[in-house]
Amino acid sequence: MGKISSVSEIRKHFPALEQQVNGKRLVYLDNGATAHKPHSVIDLINQMNSRTNGNIHRAVHELSAQTTALYEAARRDIQKYLNAAHPEEIIFTSGTTASINLVAYSFASKFLNRGDSILITEAEHHSNIVPWQMVCDMRGAELKVLPVDDSGNWILESLDKLLDNSVKLVAVSQISNVLGIINPIEAVITKAHSLGIPVLIDGAQGVVHTKVDLQKLDCDFYAFSGHKLYGPTGIGVLYGKKELLESMPPWMGGGDMVESVTLKKTTYAALPLKFEAGTPNFIGAAALGEAIRFMNQIDLAAVSIYEKEIVTFLIEELTKIEGVKIFGVSDKKIPLFSITAEGAYPSDIAMIMDKLGIALRSGFMCAEPLMQRFGAESMLRASFGMYNTMEEAQIFVEGLKRALKMLR
Amino acid sequence: MTIKEVEQEIVDEFSIFTEWMDKYEYLIELGKSLPIIGENAKQEGNLIKGCQSRVWLNAQISEGKLFFTADSDAIITKGIISLLVRVYSGRTPKEILESDIKFIEKIGLQDNLSPTRANGLLSMIRQIKYYAAAYS
Repeated sequence: MGKISSVSEIRKHFPALEQQVNGKRLVYLDNGATAHKPHSVIDLINQMNSRTNGNIHRAVHELSAQTTALYEAARRDIQKYLNAAHPEEIIFTSGTTASINLVAYSFASKFLNRGDSILITEAEHHSNIVPWQMVCDMRGAELKVLPVDDSGNWILESLDKLLDNSVKLVAVSQISNVLGIINPIEAVITKAHSLGIPVLIDGAQGVVHTKVDLQKLDCDFYAFSGHKLYGPTGIGVLYGKKELLESMPPWMGGGDMVESVTLKKTTYAALPLKFEAGTPNFIGAAALGEAIRFMNQIDLAAVSIYEKEIVTFLIEELTKIEGVKIFGVSDKKIPLFSITAEGAYPSDIAMIMDKLGIALRSGFMCAEPLMQRFGAESMLRASFGMYNTMEEAQIFVEGLKRALKMLR
Repeated sequence: MTIKEVEQEIVDEFSIFTEWMDKYEYLIELGKSLPIIGENAKQEGNLIKGCQSRVWLNAQISEGKLFFTADSDAIITKGIISLLVRVYSGRTPKEILESDIKFIEKIGLQDNLSPTRANGLLSMIRQIKYYAAAYS
């Protein structure tokens, strides 16, 4: 069977896109926040909630065997999709934030000491800033920041100066949730590795818009969420290289992560269960596996070409509108546009466009330091998914013009 | 007029709008005509921060009545603020504390009062009540 390559075919799989909002056909352009789910994912969630529900890894009964099989099949399918070397390198978490926190607390408790540092960039989401600030405070370490230039691109020349032997970990995003630029993570990984420093990639946006090959990329950790990748909420993944994960202590204690427990001493389970304490979101994990299987049916190269056409169209149209400024300029941009418009406040534009059926994001976008970098109080963001059409891009531009006319 | 009567007046004014765009047009117009808070009053102490927009609220008491001026980055928010100022300004602290305003819901703007909308409006109403409590 050939892969699904046209956007009209892709759309048919997403029931949420068929609805009307505020009496208008929904034009959903907040995919950077969360994406809709295909029928196959929704059906599996329903089927598991209504029938195949048994706690994993514990019982001998049939339902438990079935959910365990679905849970572990999801792990293997995710491993294959990302080309990780081993299934046990895929740890289920509740999402990108939990994945990053897991590394922050587990890694830092063993490898981060007074006088050490962690390197991030200026263009990170709060979830790739705050956990590092917290563990740096705890351990007396310093947080270093790689700056971005006026177009939003990393200033790689600063890397040499920032990467010294105090740096114990580099944590950077593959694609910024505000700028939409595909960052040169390969260069940073190579450079950091030449000094023996491990690298964590925040792939929350990156896994959605690029084909990730973890063995080729060679990063040490990779974090992402299910719900932005057309899967359910409350599930995500932390990938970590086996040797590194094995050397790290568990973060949360509880059931399922132990080998044997006495009141004097507990020994921990092997990977991946060492990091999956308590009953995991096994329905979410299985459904994320289903989302990955759905992604496997998509011709991602065709989607990428279509996305580039939308990017080109939007750059052209948005620059034509007076007083509109685009943040994040690069030839490696995904269809995610954060803008400001002179004489109109982002939340006002978003409120008006909402009544036209167009779902956008406005505000700090969970990246306050980046807002400060660009001197913006707030931005308006349109973020496209693989089911968004060129026609919707046109509707967005027309809606924006209408809102600006009302507000200015 | 009592607070209730002013509220009813606002509800009547909005009842002529059947389209959301008309409602917003009107709020934008109100927002633009709200007397801007003096720059000296637009200071940190008067700032109510939300992640969508900022709101400034200044209160003064004169002959036992509270008078409010306010501003916001966002013009639709400012339009709603102008309605709140119209309802609350020139009232005694007792009137304000005893009031339970309903007009925002009645004109269909209740989404703006959700704590997660974070546009500062909910905090502004709370702040107005704090001022009233402080002066009562």
